[in-house]
Amino acid sequence: MSLSATTARPSPAAPPSPDVSRRRRRGRLLNRLDVKYSPYLYIAPFFLIFGIFGLYPMLRTAWMSLHDWDMIGEHTFIGFDNYTRLFSDEYFWNALVNTFGIFALSTIPQLLLALFLANLLNRSLLRAKTFFRMAIFMPNVVSVAAVAIVFGMLFQREFGLFNWLLSFVGVDPVDWDGHRWSSWTAISSMVNWRWTGYNTLILLAGMQAIPKDLYEAAEIDGASPWRQFWQITLPMLKPTFIFVVILSTIGGMQLFTEPLLFGNGNIIGGNQREFQTLAMYMYEMGIVNLNTAGYGAAIAWAIFMIIIVVSLFNFLLVRRSAK
Amino acid sequence: MSVTTRRTRLAAAALAAITAVSGLAACGNDDDKPAAGEKPAKLVVDTFGEMGYDELVKQYEKDTGIKVELRKTAQLGEYRPKLVRYLATGKGAADVTALEEGILNEFKPNARNWEDLAPLTSDHSKEYLPWKWELGKAPDGRLIGLPTDVGSLAVCYRKDLFQAAGLPTERDQVSALWPDWKGFHDAGLKYKQGTGGKAFIDSITAVSNGVLFQGNGDLFYDKEDNIIADTSPAVKNAWDTATSMADISAKASTWSPEWSGGFKQGTFAATFCPSWMLGIVSDNSGPANKGKWDVASVPGGGGNWGGSWLAVPAQSKYPKEAAKLAEYLTNAKSQVEAFKLKGPLPTNLEALKNDAFISYTNEYFSNAPTGKIFGESVAKIQPTHLGPKHQAVKENALEPALRAFENGQADKAKAWEQFTKDAKTQGAF
Repeated sequence: MSLSATTARPSPAAPPSPDVSRRRRRGRLLNRLDVKYSPYLYIAPFFLIFGIFGLYPMLRTAWMSLHDWDMIGEHTFIGFDNYTRLFSDEYFWNALVNTFGIFALSTIPQLLLALFLANLLNRSLLRAKTFFRMAIFMPNVVSVAAVAIVFGMLFQREFGLFNWLLSFVGVDPVDWDGHRWSSWTAISSMVNWRWTGYNTLILLAGMQAIPKDLYEAAEIDGASPWRQFWQITLPMLKPTFIFVVILSTIGGMQLFTEPLLFGNGNIIGGNQREFQTLAMYMYEMGIVNLNTAGYGAAIAWAIFMIIIVVSLFNFLLVRRSAK
Repeated sequence: MSVTTRRTRLAAAALAAITAVSGLAACGNDDDKPAAGEKPAKLVVDTFGEMGYDELVKQYEKDTGIKVELRKTAQLGEYRPKLVRYLATGKGAADVTALEEGILNEFKPNARNWEDLAPLTSDHSKEYLPWKWELGKAPDGRLIGLPTDVGSLAVCYRKDLFQAAGLPTERDQVSALWPDWKGFHDAGLKYKQGTGGKAFIDSITAVSNGVLFQGNGDLFYDKEDNIIADTSPAVKNAWDTATSMADISAKASTWSPEWSGGFKQGTFAATFCPSWMLGIVSDNSGPANKGKWDVASVPGGGGNWGGSWLAVPAQSKYPKEAAKLAEYLTNAKSQVEAFKLKGPLPTNLEALKNDAFISYTNEYFSNAPTGKIFGESVAKIQPTHLGPKHQAVKENALEPALRAFENGQADKAKAWEQFTKDAKTQGAF
């Protein structure tokens, strides 16, 4: 704005002809418009796309959740009935417990392992760094469906690799999808296998941004590598760590493909819903059952709220513990 | 302050613009049906699985000069969501759409999504199995679907494994082993003894599937579509029969990897085969097991599993021409051709009497006269009323509970409790 003000000062020496001044005025106007609005224009594509593919579906889902909505039939407004139904729905709570169980089993070991691996890859002594960094990221490139199908075979009851290995130590074959603990373990292992490398790379990038002179100073002061890790790496890594935790939370709360394919595509996730996640329950109610699409939409919003709450909680937790 | 208000106003305007644009995009309308009598350049047909229309469609193109695009989807599980999307958004549906039994029942309460075929076609009501024809009608009386095939039911069994266990192998003798379900269980126990404890059938849900449709009255719904899953004698009968078979079951539920792998490994010696299952059995067993399978009749007379109809979505631009195509694909001659190509069992009475159909033998299944076996079974099928969410109750309430019992996750009483509770929520519509 100050820029346009300075250029706008009229020159006292030669009063401009009316034509020139008009042109100049128009130029000034364009200039002002440019400065004021073109930034919005530059960021508009994102908001336009987000609006169509993000915001609009969200609002539409919210609208649906207030209805008794039949996907191919009638829609009746029922206010917040779908949300009150959530609280007394045993299968919703079951799915919530499953989601958190699998989330804990996958995220905690995964982040610890990623931290360990990132620290290892950050060592200056390591040879063939690029190779290891690429290799560790490879699982993430493989399609989820392929991962789920291969792991599904490994965890098979009759001819699965894991049961075969277990038989050598005298353990009876495990019916992996027949129990909560075993199905959670199997599904978590898929998630861990896929995402550990990804998180490792992000943490590694965070570690490399830490100034080297801090370590040099610590070394001169006689700090052990272990102490350096605790007192320099971890605190300096805090922002990256928060980012990784929140990303994992979002992914963990929306877990869908792995448990679905683990159960041979059955949406109820196990004979007694042992591993049906929130996203699966949402899909069951919202897509599979045509007449409860409104309730499915309410579950979708519940997941959204839960993600916000859990992310906030994790954020506060990580921030405090790293202080 | 003024900045924030201006900014919020701008944001609100942008938001309004976006919603308006996407709203418009969502309801771009399709009400541009061509004038009556205009000949379409192309008709689209949506099918799932293998319905055997490949050659028929080419013939139709030649006869009428209308191009026909056949869109095939392999799995019903992928097919249904597509259909739902077409109906929910009002666009994308084919002109002729195959509807499987479960899907048809589910769509019936919203029959307005489909053309009434009665005024568009000549009267065929006497040409098909009467119960099959009736099922194609919606509660409001409109004719949604023309009958294509029926599942019917038989038992596929492994001759070599039967022989090793000391059971008869000839198909008539095998059928004589099990006039009823008790006989079937006894044969299973004998097999188990003869093989030192090997499983006889794939799973108990396969049994419940077979028993359900044997015409013992209403299943999960009564005639007024009230849910009666917990009191229906037919359901209880299927439940008791299925649970009694747990000691001869390989616990390999249909479509699971254990199940598909089991055919090659010989983990079970018998399974229930609707006509369309024959191709799946031979694919899973592989060429190495050719001639080892045979087909016998099902315990307790006839039975049915699956079967489809052809329907015309209301959104089709050429309902009249589409109905004609559906008529052509379901007539007696076409049904025999489709059977010879891929095995779906005819429902047209004339096709069922056709010599080419009756004399057909299946090479993979030891040259079993499958046309005759399934044709006889079809005649014994009892019409059963299926409610709107029959499929959901069966797949997401009955079968999980049976499997939980089979795998020892719940005792019989607990499993029954699980079923009746889930049947209420799954069956609500």
